Amino acid sequence: MDALFTNAFLVAFVSGTIAASLPLLLAGLGEQMSEKAGVLNLGLEGMMLVGAFCGFAVALETGSFLLGFLAGAAGGMAVAAMMAALCVALPLNQIVVGIALTLGMQGATSLAHHVLYSRTFPRLPRQPEVALPLLSQIPVLGPSLFTQNPVVYLALLLVPAAAWLYRATNIGLNLAAAGSKPAALDLAGVSVTATRAFAVLATGALGGLGGAYMANIGAGLFVPFMTGGAGFMAIVIAMLARGRPAWVLGGALLVGFATSITTALQVAGFNIPTDLVLMLPFGTIMLVLTLFGRRAGLPAALGLPYHRGAR
Amino acid sequence: MSAAATPAAAALPAWLRALVPLVLALGIGALILAALGRDPVQFFANVLNRAVFNRSGLQETLVLMAPLLLIAASLIVCFRAGLWNLGIDGQFLLAATFASAFAAAWVAALPYWVAMALLFLLAAAVGAGWAMLPAFLKARYGVNEIVSTLMMNFLGFGLSAFLIKTLFGDPEHPAPQTTMLEVAERLPRIGETLVHVGVVFALLVILAVHVVMTRTGFGLRLRIVGHNPRAAEHAGLNVRRLTFAVFAISAALAGLAGAVEVLGVRGVVRADWHPGYGLLVVPLVFLARFHGVAAIAFVFVFAVLSIGGESAARRADLPNDFLLIMMALILVILAVTDHVASRARG
Amino acid sequence: MPEGTGAATTGADRGLDVPLVRLSGITKRFPGVLANDEVSFDIRPGEVHALLGENGAGKSTLIAILSGVLQPDSGRIEVNGRPVRIASPRDAIRLGIGTVYQHSTLVPTLSVVQNLMLGQRWWRPLGRAAALARLAELSALLGVRVDPDATAGSLSLGQQQQVEIVKALWRGERVLVLDEPTSMLTPQGVEELGQVMARLAARGFGIVFVSHKLQEVLAFGHRVTVLKLGRKAGEIPPARLSALSPAEATAEILDLMFGRGAADPEAPRRRASTIRADDAPLLEVEHLSAGEGAVQDVSFTLRPGEILGIAGVDGNGQKQLAEALAGQLRAEAGRIRFAGRDITRLPVARRHALGLRYLTDDRLGEGTVGGFAIGTNLVMKRVGEPPFWAGGFERPARIAAHARELIGRYDVRTPGPEVPIATLSGGNIQKALFGRELSGEPRLLLANKPTYGLDVANIRAARDRISAAAAAGVACILISTELDELLELSDRIAVMYRGRIAGIVGNGPDAERAIGRLMVGGA
Ligand SMILES: Nc1ncnc2c1ncn2[C@@H]1O[C@H](COP(=O)(O)OP(=O)(O)OP(=O)(O)O)[C@@H](O)[C@H]1O
Ligand SMILES: [Mg+2]
Repeated sequence: MDALFTNAFLVAFVSGTIAASLPLLLAGLGEQMSEKAGVLNLGLEGMMLVGAFCGFAVALETGSFLLGFLAGAAGGMAVAAMMAALCVALPLNQIVVGIALTLGMQGATSLAHHVLYSRTFPRLPRQPEVALPLLSQIPVLGPSLFTQNPVVYLALLLVPAAAWLYRATNIGLNLAAAGSKPAALDLAGVSVTATRAFAVLATGALGGLGGAYMANIGAGLFVPFMTGGAGFMAIVIAMLARGRPAWVLGGALLVGFATSITTALQVAGFNIPTDLVLMLPFGTIMLVLTLFGRRAGLPAALGLPYHRGAR
Repeated sequence: MSAAATPAAAALPAWLRALVPLVLALGIGALILAALGRDPVQFFANVLNRAVFNRSGLQETLVLMAPLLLIAASLIVCFRAGLWNLGIDGQFLLAATFASAFAAAWVAALPYWVAMALLFLLAAAVGAGWAMLPAFLKARYGVNEIVSTLMMNFLGFGLSAFLIKTLFGDPEHPAPQTTMLEVAERLPRIGETLVHVGVVFALLVILAVHVVMTRTGFGLRLRIVGHNPRAAEHAGLNVRRLTFAVFAISAALAGLAGAVEVLGVRGVVRADWHPGYGLLVVPLVFLARFHGVAAIAFVFVFAVLSIGGESAARRADLPNDFLLIMMALILVILAVTDHVASRARG
Repeated sequence: MPEGTGAATTGADRGLDVPLVRLSGITKRFPGVLANDEVSFDIRPGEVHALLGENGAGKSTLIAILSGVLQPDSGRIEVNGRPVRIASPRDAIRLGIGTVYQHSTLVPTLSVVQNLMLGQRWWRPLGRAAALARLAELSALLGVRVDPDATAGSLSLGQQQQVEIVKALWRGERVLVLDEPTSMLTPQGVEELGQVMARLAARGFGIVFVSHKLQEVLAFGHRVTVLKLGRKAGEIPPARLSALSPAEATAEILDLMFGRGAADPEAPRRRASTIRADDAPLLEVEHLSAGEGAVQDVSFTLRPGEILGIAGVDGNGQKQLAEALAGQLRAEAGRIRFAGRDITRLPVARRHALGLRYLTDDRLGEGTVGGFAIGTNLVMKRVGEPPFWAGGFERPARIAAHARELIGRYDVRTPGPEVPIATLSGGNIQKALFGRELSGEPRLLLANKPTYGLDVANIRAARDRISAAAAAGVACILISTELDELLELSDRIAVMYRGRIAGIVGNGPDAERAIGRLMVGGA
């Protein structure tokens, strides 16, 4: 029982929450942008996996974490480029292509892992962390919240940055129009294709970054299927957040909290059914929806390809 | 995607249109295999030899089709009605868990066919029940069902695992799983084969679903709701009631898929079992343009690939997941050729 | 018919030689339809060029080509005498062409000013302050008043139309194209728009003005072009137009549209009453309230064969009243009796089965399922009923035969009943819907803006249809913002103001003035 209240436990718990939330936050912010622009990006899980693989492989090869993360983002973008080519440039069905990409990337990363690492199972060393001056001196919170990998700070900064992008820039307007009434954007002289492709690529970069975080920071290694549905969870979070980046943060933290409290309680010797605790965040969300049910205001043209002049 | 559009299977060169992308996808797959230093011809020969040209292999392929066909039927109902029930995996797993939990006891206590009928009913009811919350949220508040059903999946997986570890667990068994239904008590086989009656049942169900959706007043009502809910309201349809009906039917079919899989083949559900069929069948159903007969063809191809591919991959010393790449290639290339063909038609 | 007369009269009238935009020999084909056939069309500075034609004549198609939305199959476009290709809407904007499309192009979730700012290069700062200033300037020029921060979707249709015009001017520096801009406006709004066009023309704008209303065309247009079945039926240049008296001009335009000797379908007339006074009232509405204040305490009765007009400025609860009567909107208080039976709680389908037919004004949004065949749309309110379904199963031959009959009877121009209804022009969709609502055994027709967007011939046909229905004993409620229409058809006219019936006037010599007073809230 006492174990619950030791500082070490709390530090582990808070860092655990952050570690579990962060990939969801990154991928969720990305997915939110696609959805805003009208693309339901079910390839997210695949983008995260490729990000994880590329991030891991490059970090392992070069020993540079920065290059690893860049490679993760690039890998995610490469998958996103396929999504953009097929569902934005061509009007193919987004659900079919999204799922196909996820399946294909599951297979591709698993195959690549089989070829490259299935005999050696290499691991990365622990990542350097950056302690924020002063803040990291606070007991408990300092070491858990303010001593993190730089990617964590970057991800958190992305939340206000995305909010600003949506509220106060032409890009934000274009994205909103592309998702809500693409014809209006087209008639205003802005390419719907370019706008949506931009959003999808950004999703790929963020999803890839999230995947790279899972591999390089979270696990320190790559295993096939290691994202374990995080991409789909991020999609749910993004849909519930209805265009607000801060809500993505909230959703990601909620899921991360439930994930890490399960582990933490088990470590502390409590024998509680993990399955039920993992259900907590979704149960909470369903309860909230039932009690305060409101329309999850999704963009009107979400999932619909756009053709100029079609009736 | 108009429901009235010519279905992929009805037009004359349809089989050709389906074959070309298949060949293309296999060609790209062959290149990948060659790049990996494997013999592509040998690989595909292995796939076909195992899954089609081999008596027991073909039977396994057909057996695998049973749950997939029922899931396809489930998706056809909801997609045609414009409702994106992506919660099939949760509905499937929970229904399978319940059917499996009671199977051994009921079969022992009741006449065989009564027990089986009750188990199927139970599975359908559990599946449908699991969809009622998203249905309510959709009908009452317009909450987007993609979000709610995906969440119900996560909840369903958790609940199923929890039940298997507690109430439904077989205490005799070290690993958490339900009580095993003995092979002799599973769904009866047809003749001397491995193919159980569930396969025939699934085929009949998907054909019936197809006829209902395309030829009856009920089907048209669902399609109107699917294409334009406001027009449905204006035409005097009870959109809320239809929404509930669609969720119930679709999820009940997903539940039946779970029952067929467990009572026909597996006999047991382990706590960590996640077949994830739903996600695989969704794109097949889209490519079939929600057409029942075309869906049967796509499901067959998929089943061949997974049964034959498994052994071919093992022989080529590749991970089984290699097949996912083939799957993805086929899906994407089918989608592209479908688009090109519809453009050509004008 | 004369062809391509544009060149023959170039500039002579106004001393301007080069048109701002010249379309020549434009042809555009859709599957089964020749939407534009060798059409030539000039837009000159300082001139309002009115474009007329029946529903489906190809007006919107021509405008889509001019705005870069569609590419012509053949033909030339010149701007200031230079040949150009308008490959996209951006090209059109760059050439100074701003367009108000027939269907709304506002993003409903964005605010007014955001809608206007849409289309700037993405790397530029948003420039909200400058945009607000420009909006103020244009609002002053146009005499409109809108809240820049209101969400576009929350504005009334009339206000949305004003924003569309501001938006077109925002983007089009020299040419303003207006595709049926007046169909959503009140008479006063139309008047104001006319003044705006005159002001802009005086500043050197070239204006294209599409309308189905001849008075508007004569009042605002300098030059008139008539399209018929995709071909240019003729053009009346300014010199000639100003030389003609209104009556002569009307006759000439009608000749072009419908061939020689067509009667003026807009000539005022009045229907003889067909009320069956000794019959019991068919519809009795008592203290009806619905739509959270949109309809308040409305009472009236209606007899078989009677036409009750409902007048009022758009947005005063007419639509909600119609929906409450049809059963689409729940009655919050009051009672509705139909043929002696309380139907207040009956759902839409049951009311339909009793003979209550609602002809909606939202033809694409709720009246039809755009992707479905015309035939299916025509039986959409009778799904499952015989003779189209037997034992739950569809009988395609019956449905197609029914569709062919209605297509013939209601003169729907279409390649056939299997065509998706969304590909029809607005006027033809409305004809199909008339057919749907009047087939079977109607007892009450609830017609909401039945002639909006229709060409003159179709307006005539639609009004005659309503008259004929009344003569056959069908009670009609006619919701309209067209006073002429109400005066022509109605026995009595109720005026709605802020959700209430401000008064009911018998149709007679003084009705017009009484209605006018009631419409603006006077007693
Ligand atoms: N995208 C399209 N696909 C198929 N047919 C079309 C399409 N757009 C227009 N048409 C057809 O082209 C013809 C001309 O249509 P258009 O919309 O230009 O008519 P309009 O003169 O604007 O009529 P209205 O007065 O009803 O608006 C019609 O027969 C219409 O059905
Ligand atoms: Mg038009």
